[in-house]
Formats: sequence, C-alpha cells, structure tokens
Amino acid sequence: MTTLRLRRPSTIPIEADTICPDHFTGRSQAEIEALPAFYGRRKVMLGDLFTVQGEGSADILIEGDLSHVKKVGQRMSQGRITVHGDVGLHLGAYMRGGEIVVEGSAGDWVGAHMQGGRIWIKGDAGHLIGSAYRGEKRGMNRGVIVVEGNAGQEVGAQMRRGLIVVMGHVGPFAGARMIAGSIFVFGGLAARAGAGMKRGSIVAFGDCAQLLPTFRYDCRFSPTYLRFYLLRLREWGLRIADEYLDGSYHRHHGDMTALGKGEILSYASSPGSLPLQN
Amino acid sequence: MRIDGVEIEDTFAEAFKMRAARLIITAVNPGWALTAAQIATGFATSVIACGCEAGLERVIPADETPDGRPGVSVLVFTMGRKGLEDQLMRRVGQCVMTCPTTACFNGLQSEEKLKIGGTLRYFGDGFQISKLLQGRRFWRIPVMEGEFLVEESFGIQRAIGGGNFLLLGESPEVTLEASERAVEAMTEVEGIVLPFPGGIVRSGSKTMSKYKFLRAATNTAYCPTIRRQTESALPEGVNSVLEIVIDGLDEEAIEEAMRVGIQTACIPGIVRISAGNYGGTLGQFHFHLHQILTPG
Repeated sequence: MTTLRLRRPSTIPIEADTICPDHFTGRSQAEIEALPAFYGRRKVMLGDLFTVQGEGSADILIEGDLSHVKKVGQRMSQGRITVHGDVGLHLGAYMRGGEIVVEGSAGDWVGAHMQGGRIWIKGDAGHLIGSAYRGEKRGMNRGVIVVEGNAGQEVGAQMRRGLIVVMGHVGPFAGARMIAGSIFVFGGLAARAGAGMKRGSIVAFGDCAQLLPTFRYDCRFSPTYLRFYLLRLREWGLRIADEYLDGSYHRHHGDMTALGKGEILSYASSPGSLPLQN
Repeated sequence: MRIDGVEIEDTFAEAFKMRAARLIITAVNPGWALTAAQIATGFATSVIACGCEAGLERVIPADETPDGRPGVSVLVFTMGRKGLEDQLMRRVGQCVMTCPTTACFNGLQSEEKLKIGGTLRYFGDGFQISKLLQGRRFWRIPVMEGEFLVEESFGIQRAIGGGNFLLLGESPEVTLEASERAVEAMTEVEGIVLPFPGGIVRSGSKTMSKYKFLRAATNTAYCPTIRRQTESALPEGVNSVLEIVIDGLDEEAIEEAMRVGIQTACIPGIVRISAGNYGGTLGQFHFHLHQILTPG
C-alpha cells in the first residue's frame, strides 16, 4: 500500500490527477514524489504537497483534509484509492475501473464521464455526480457510484449507462437529460427529476416531489429487475429494507418533451409516494 | 462384481459430446417456478426426435437465486451450438416468458455465450428496456401481466449426453421400485439431468431396424416378451428392464450420478445391472460400471 498524507491543509485548489493507481504502480517512492501536480496555477511535485510512504502500489491510502484537492483518481483503470477525510472536485472523473472509497464527503462532478469501476462516498456528495461536463453529450457510461449521504443537483445529468445510488436526499433535476442508466434515491427526490430524459430509470424509495407535467402515469407494479439490483446493493453492504424488494411501485414515463421512454418509479407505500396523476 | 447380491455386468455406458446451457427460472412462488421449468423441459427426452434433451437440475431456495425469489435450475442439451440457440429461443420464449411471474437468468459462467434475451427482446416491440449491472445485461420486456425479465446472454459449455444404466429385475414392480429409488438418489447430484419421464426409460432403443426408413427400433435384446424370438441379453428370471439415462455437464457428474443410482438400485428382486453401448464405436465417452463402482 502507498500512503499519502497532506503536509498542510490548503484553501488553494490543488490538482492531483496523478494520484491514481495507474501512475503509482511500479514506481519507487522517489518517483511518486516527483510526479507533477498543480498548487493553484503553480506546477509542483506531489512530494511538495504530500508525504509519501511505501513503494508504488495499486492500493493507495490518502489522509488529511483533501476538500480542495481535485481530480483524485481521474482516469484510473484499476486498483483502489481510500480517502480518510473529505475530497474535492472531479473525484474519479473518466474512471474506467477499480474502486474509490471516501470516508468523508466529496465535491462536485464525482465520476463525471465515468466508464467503469465503483466510487463509494460515505458522506455527502456535491452536484452533478456521474454527469457530463458542460458542452459534452454523454455523462457516466458504466460503473457504479454510491453516496451514503445526500447529493446535490443534477445527479446523473446526461448519464448514458451505469448506476447511481444515493441513500439520502438529492437536489433538483436528478437525471436531467438522462440518456439511460439507473438512479436510485432512498431519501427525498427533489423537484424536476428526469427533466428532458430520453430513457433510463429514476427510482424514488422515499418522498418524491411533484413530477413535471411532461411525465404520464402508467401503472402500479412490482418490477423484478429492482429485486435483482437491490439484492446486489445488499451484497455490497447497504441496508435495504425487505419492503423495497417485495413492494410495488408507481410508474410514470417521460419526459414527453424528449423521447419519453424514461421512467420514474416511486415506492407505492411511501408516505410521500406520487398520487395517480398526469 | 456384486452389490448386495446384485450382479454388476462388466460392461460400459457409451455417451456422446453435447453442448449444454443452464437456465435459472424464478417466480413469485415455488409452484410457478416449477411449472415454468416443467413446461420448458417438456418434450425433451431424446435429441433425435425432440431437438434437445432437458430436465430439472434442482430446486433453488429463494436466498440463492439472482432475484431472491424461489427458483428452479434447468439444463438443456443439444448436439451443437446452433441447435442449442434454437431450442433456448423456443423454450424460453414460449414456455418461460408465457408463464406468469417468471424471470429467466443465465446459470453457466462461460466464455462461450448465446444471445437469448438479446433476441427475445424484440417481442417488446420497441418498448423493451435494457439494464446493465456488473457486466450482466438484462432485458425488461413489457407483457400483459407486467414485465418479463430475461438475461441477454446465456453461457454454454461442452457436456455429455447418454450416460446410462439398465436395471434387470424379476418383476415390473420391483424394477420400477428400484428405478424410482435410484432416480430419487440421483437428483441430489448437481450438474446432471435425467431427461426421460420421471427419469426412467422403458423403451430403450438400438441403432438399427429391419425397416429401411427407421434409424432406431426397440432394443430387442432386452425385451422380455420376445426373448425366445431374438438374441436376448436377458438372464433367466428377468421379466422387466428399465433404463436410466443421464446427461451431465462433465464426466465426474455423470460418474457420480451412476454410482449413486446403481448403489441405490441394488435391492432384492433386481438380478443384474447393465449398461447400453454400441460396441464403443460411436460415443466419445465410456463409463465402465466396474471402474465407477470400485472405491478409490
């Protein structure tokens, strides 16, 4: 294992996309310390910002307040990064494989354009997780993001494939312009979910705000595929109540301003479940 | 060799290379899972006339199935890949998808795969929905009841068909009882199915006939009613013969099933245990009874 410890907390943004198993594997401690990073606009060496312990390994442990450290695990394809604390923007962006575990919270753009692997945030996450950068067409395309706390706005915006699970609440516009994939929200699903979505599934297990008028009610049913997904979440260690497996869900399809083949499922027995509408 | 006084003939069962797939069929309760599995494996006793050989492998408790519902695993065998694809399409499409509450999952992890759900999805008429998780793709096909969930691809592997043994008994009653006991014991073995009715064959065949248009005919050497009119293989005192045919995923599974079955079938009234072969010239696998039953 390679252990990195932030030398001193910083409010200056640090860009450290070299903190990645793909860059560390096979390198000596000195070579890792010499990897480039940005401290503000100044190009520095990783060793200037972090103390490094151990030879290069696919298993990386980072300690300290990294809430201003950006791009950790960017483009990683293998191995594991564990962050003991908070982490900044763009965590695991363009990630293709491996696993990132954050013991604290993460900033915006977690897993943007992600193509594989798993990101697990034990605290909260910011806005636009699993989404596409502005001007790009497709966001996350395969992989899994789990947030045990709350997440911000536009979760999974323009996501193409993959699974985002938020155990807490999500902000407005979850799944906006979604192309496909799945977003599970166990807390509250805020307004304007699925705005402009073409395909894909947004599942609200808790409270669900009034849907956009461009979603239409279909039926109440028990989707078998949800059982499969929820059992996998249980295997990963998430606490999933039995009633979510056995219960039934209201199905709305939309967004009718787009292709209209997306769906929003809301757990029918939830107190905040959607009324039969639209 | 004798087991509990029953003679074990020094002969072998001749078996053939096949291809196999495993379906995991789940449903809202064990009854519907079993119904779907029984229908999907119906008319699948012999590959020659039925297109495939298939049977129930085991009942799977809910906590072991992919969707946490009661399930049944089914094995389907054909002579080749193309035939297997055709049979799986027909049987999943016509027997599993049509059955209330069912879902169908792949039960074999293999490099070689057949696209089954990926083709059946077109039944959804454009409203089918794909779901991809951890490399497994599923299709949600809208049906009148709700949704049919089917996995896109099913793994296939090399397998063996035609393992067998014959029970030669003093009476039809005791021969049937011994066969039933053997089948019950053999169903505990994983990786095999017994494709015939109740696992038992009463009309074993030979690969020739006096009629030019017929490839196979009744196994005259083992028919007690014509023993004096043919070159009979039946010893004195034998008045009924039943056969148990075994298809399996590998040699070990078939050997284990034959061992368990033969040992259980050796009850008073059974005169001899034999096996069916074609002189060793047709099948690639030979299961010698004495070798299988010799400990170690």
